Amino acid sequence: MTNPNGRFGIHGGQYIPETLMHAVIELEAAYNHYKDDPEFNRELTALFNDYAGRPSRLYYAEKMTKDLGGAKIYLKREDLNHTGAHKINNVLGQALLAKKMGKTRLIAETGAGQHGVATATAAALMGMECVVFMGKEDTIRQALNVYRMRLLGAEVIPVTSGTATLKDAVSEAMREWTSRIDDTHYCLGSVMGPHPFPTIVRDFQAVISKEIKEQMLEKEGKLPDAVLACVGGGSNAIGSFYHFINDKEVALIGCEAAGRGVDTFETAATIATGRLGIFHGMKSYFCQDE
Amino acid sequence: MSKIASAFEQGKAFIAFITCGDPDLETTGKAVREAVANGATLIELGIPFSDPTAEGPVIQGASLRALEGGVTTDKIFDFVRELRKDVTVPLVFMTYANVVFSYGTERFLAACEDIGIDGLILPDVPYEEKEDFLPACRKHGVKLISLIAPTSADRIAMIAKEAEGFLYIVSSLGVTGMRSEIKTDLQAIMEVVRQNTDLPCAIGFGISTPEQAKKMASISDGVIVGSAIVKLLEQHGKDAPKYIGEYVHSMTKDL
Repeated sequence: MTNPNGRFGIHGGQYIPETLMHAVIELEAAYNHYKDDPEFNRELTALFNDYAGRPSRLYYAEKMTKDLGGAKIYLKREDLNHTGAHKINNVLGQALLAKKMGKTRLIAETGAGQHGVATATAAALMGMECVVFMGKEDTIRQALNVYRMRLLGAEVIPVTSGTATLKDAVSEAMREWTSRIDDTHYCLGSVMGPHPFPTIVRDFQAVISKEIKEQMLEKEGKLPDAVLACVGGGSNAIGSFYHFINDKEVALIGCEAAGRGVDTFETAATIATGRLGIFHGMKSYFCQDE
Repeated sequence: MSKIASAFEQGKAFIAFITCGDPDLETTGKAVREAVANGATLIELGIPFSDPTAEGPVIQGASLRALEGGVTTDKIFDFVRELRKDVTVPLVFMTYANVVFSYGTERFLAACEDIGIDGLILPDVPYEEKEDFLPACRKHGVKLISLIAPTSADRIAMIAKEAEGFLYIVSSLGVTGMRSEIKTDLQAIMEVVRQNTDLPCAIGFGISTPEQAKKMASISDGVIVGSAIVKLLEQHGKDAPKYIGEYVHSMTKDL
C-alpha cells in the first residue's frame, strides 16, 4: 500500500526538481478525482474493450504444458491487444486523464518502442500532439517501431546523452517536462518515477490480473497456483500480480533479466544485484557503480 | 550569522558554479581561485553525477568529462581540503540526491563539516523529501539550500519559511543553460519570498551576460552563473582558468 507521500515501504517518493512539483501535485489531484468517477471509468472501459480489444484471451498452452511436464500452463495474451503489448492499458488511462486535465500534448520515453508506439497511438486517437524520447541506440535496434510512431504522427527524438538508451530517454523526457508543463503530460510507461506515477501505472495495468482471475475461475474453477511475469520496469508484472496480492495461496513470481549472469556487470537483474539508491524521482534498487 | 549570510552582506553576490574534475581537479582549483580573485562571493562546486536530470547540455557535458577523467567523491573531498588552505569564501556542493545517499548521508555530511563545506544544493530533493538529508546537514552545520521555481506559486511561502543559508531562485522553466531572455515574473516571486524570509536570495538558470546579471541582481541579492563558466572549460580545457577570471571580472565589476 502507498502512504500519502507515495511510499511503498522504503520505496518511492518524489525526488524531482522543484519545477516539477506543481505538475505531479496537479496530476495526483486529478487522478484522485477521476479514478472513482463513474463517467471516467465508463469511458476508459469502452476504450479498453472497443479500441484495445480487451479482455485479452487466456489461452491454455497445451503443448507447452506437456513439454514441460509440470503445471498446467495458461498464457495471458496481452500481445493480442491493439499495438501488440500490455502498454496500451496504462497509456489509454493516462491519455484520457491528461485530456480531462486539459493537456494537449503527450511526451513519453520508450526503450524497445512498445510504450512509444502505444503513446503515439493514444495521442492520435485523442487528437493530441506526441513527442517520444528514445535512446539513439534503441532507435537503430528498433527502427520499425520508430517508423510506426512517426507514421502515427509522433515526433521521435533520438537521445544521444549518457548511454543513449532507455534511462537517458527518461532523463530527457523529464528535462522536456520541466521546460513545458502547462500543456504537456508526461505519459510514463513503467511503475517508476515520482509519485503518483507508480500508483497510476499500477492501477491502469491492474486490469490484467482482474481478467486473469475471472478467466481462471471460469476455466479451472479455482485460482492459479502461481502467476509468472517478466520484470523490467515492472508494469506488466504488477498488472498481472495486483489482484492476487491478498491471495496468499497464489505464488507471484517475477523474472528479471540476468544478461550474462548475476555475477557479472552485464546484468539487468536489479532486484537480485542492485543497491538502494535515488534515481529518476524515486528511491528504489538500481544497478549502479561508484 | 552563517558564513553564507555574511558573504551576502558585502553587496550583490556573484556565485560561480564549477564542476569538480572538469577536465581535472588541478584545473578546478585554478578556476576557483581565479573566480574568487575576480570577485566571486561564493563558489558552488558540482560533484558530477552520471544522470543529471536538472542540467542542460553544457553541464551534462562537464559531468561526463569529469567522470571520464576519473573523479570520485573522495577525491573531491581531498581537493576541497587542499583548497581550504587559502580559499576562504563560502563553498557549497551542488550534486544529486543519489551521490549523497549512496555515499552514506551521515558520512557525506560529516566529511563536508570536516573539510569546510558551508552548504549543499540537491536539485532533485524538493521540500517534500528534505527530511532524508536535513537532520544530517543540521548536525554537521551544513546549510541545505532550498530552490524556488517559476511554478512554485503557493509553495513559495512554505519553502521560504523553512529555508536555510540562502534561497536559490530558479529563473526559468527547464534545465540549466544560457538563455537569451528570462521571461518569468521574478519580481512577483521575490515579493512573496521577502514576505516569508529574511534570508538572502540568489537567482540562477540562464544568466550569462553582465546586463542580465545586473538586472537579476537589482531584484534579488545576487546571481548564480554556471553554464557560461562551464562553457569556458569546455572550450579551453586546462587553459580555461584565465578566461574564467576575465569572465567573472566582467560579470562582477558593475554588479
